[in-house]
Amino acid sequence: MSGSKEIRTKIASIKSTQKITRAMEMVAASKMRKAQDKMRKSRPYAEKIGQVIGHLSHAHPEYKNSYMVDREVKRVGVIVVSSDRGLCGSLNNNLFKTALSSMKSWRDENIGIDLCTIGHKSAIFFKRVGGNIVAQASHLGDSPTLDDMIGTVKVMLDDYDSGKIDQLFLIFNRFKNTMTQDPIVQQLLPIHAEEADEKLAHRWDYIYEPDAQSVLDSLLMRYIESLVYQGVVENIACEQAARMVAMKSASDNAGSLIDELQLAYNKARQAAITQELSEIVGGAAAV
Amino acid sequence: MTMTVHIDIVSAEADIFSGLAEVVFAPAQDGDVGILPRHAPFLSPLKPGEVVVRKPGGAEESFYVSGGILEVQPHVVTVLADTAQRAKDIDEAAALEARQRAEKLLTDQQTDIDYAKAQAELAQAMAQLKAIQKLRKKK
Repeated sequence: MSGSKEIRTKIASIKSTQKITRAMEMVAASKMRKAQDKMRKSRPYAEKIGQVIGHLSHAHPEYKNSYMVDREVKRVGVIVVSSDRGLCGSLNNNLFKTALSSMKSWRDENIGIDLCTIGHKSAIFFKRVGGNIVAQASHLGDSPTLDDMIGTVKVMLDDYDSGKIDQLFLIFNRFKNTMTQDPIVQQLLPIHAEEADEKLAHRWDYIYEPDAQSVLDSLLMRYIESLVYQGVVENIACEQAARMVAMKSASDNAGSLIDELQLAYNKARQAAITQELSEIVGGAAAV
Repeated sequence: MTMTVHIDIVSAEADIFSGLAEVVFAPAQDGDVGILPRHAPFLSPLKPGEVVVRKPGGAEESFYVSGGILEVQPHVVTVLADTAQRAKDIDEAAALEARQRAEKLLTDQQTDIDYAKAQAELAQAMAQLKAIQKLRKKK
């Protein structure tokens, strides 16, 4: 009978685990919807700024901001966006793998790397593997604001201005759909304004106040920040989607485990009853 | 019918307003501007202040922006609003903070090890508790 008791406690413990994973699944599902909303809302801003920069860079070919000029690459800056928390499947691991492979190819070409991490997991990871982390932000929560990122982005932009780094990349998870999230390496700096080409048809220019240069400078800074923000928001949607899927499979596994244990439990119980009966019958026969 | 211009007020975090307007007032850097339909293309940073939209029919709606960029084209006005207070020294302070966090992360060898140690101790204690409970049940 001791066997059946052990099985029963095991079933109870798995059941409570299943309850937790199921709750986490549902929480992740609702958070994912919110994150997707946020993702959609932040898109028009980046698009609009992109358009304006396209106009500007086309209208003013003689003035080039350093953000738009390619230079020889000796050192690159990388912003890695990860989640703060685990239990979201292989999301972060896939991202780190992508990051490491591109970092390896830079190293092979003797290009130095400065890291900036957003999210607790990437901070811990790159601290362990040994990266040169120059800026860090974490625990931004489920609805980060642009405020939280200005500092980290500024560190990288300053380094770019002072010539410490010659290119800036953003690594984050792109949200394709609930089932697939792709780690992506996006080049932030220098900016290649390709949108301008289709506007060649009609030549016109803005009236600038106070002047084109300062307007363009502040625009470019905001553009980079909005791209980083977009990356962070997208990464949150990915995190929630990945967690939802991971927790769903965990709940399913717990269910099948419970079924198996239940079967074993029934067998053990039946065996015990049979044994008891045969003992009674045997005893009666002996008398 | 009066002429109208389409106006979009967007920030990096949300769509704030989108619709038609007879006239738009905005706090441009060199002074407040009023934008009527068919205004020439115009681009300027915004100061913190109020963007007022007069909708067809005369109703006015105002939005506070803490800065941003105003882009005007003959039929579309776009306000790229900042969500945060922007000033050079505030940005500078935020950047410094981010750097310090990174430094702290790299120098703080202690916290991680402490965490692992605490976890190991906790696991041990749990195992002991379980063993004691089992013993008690057997009695």
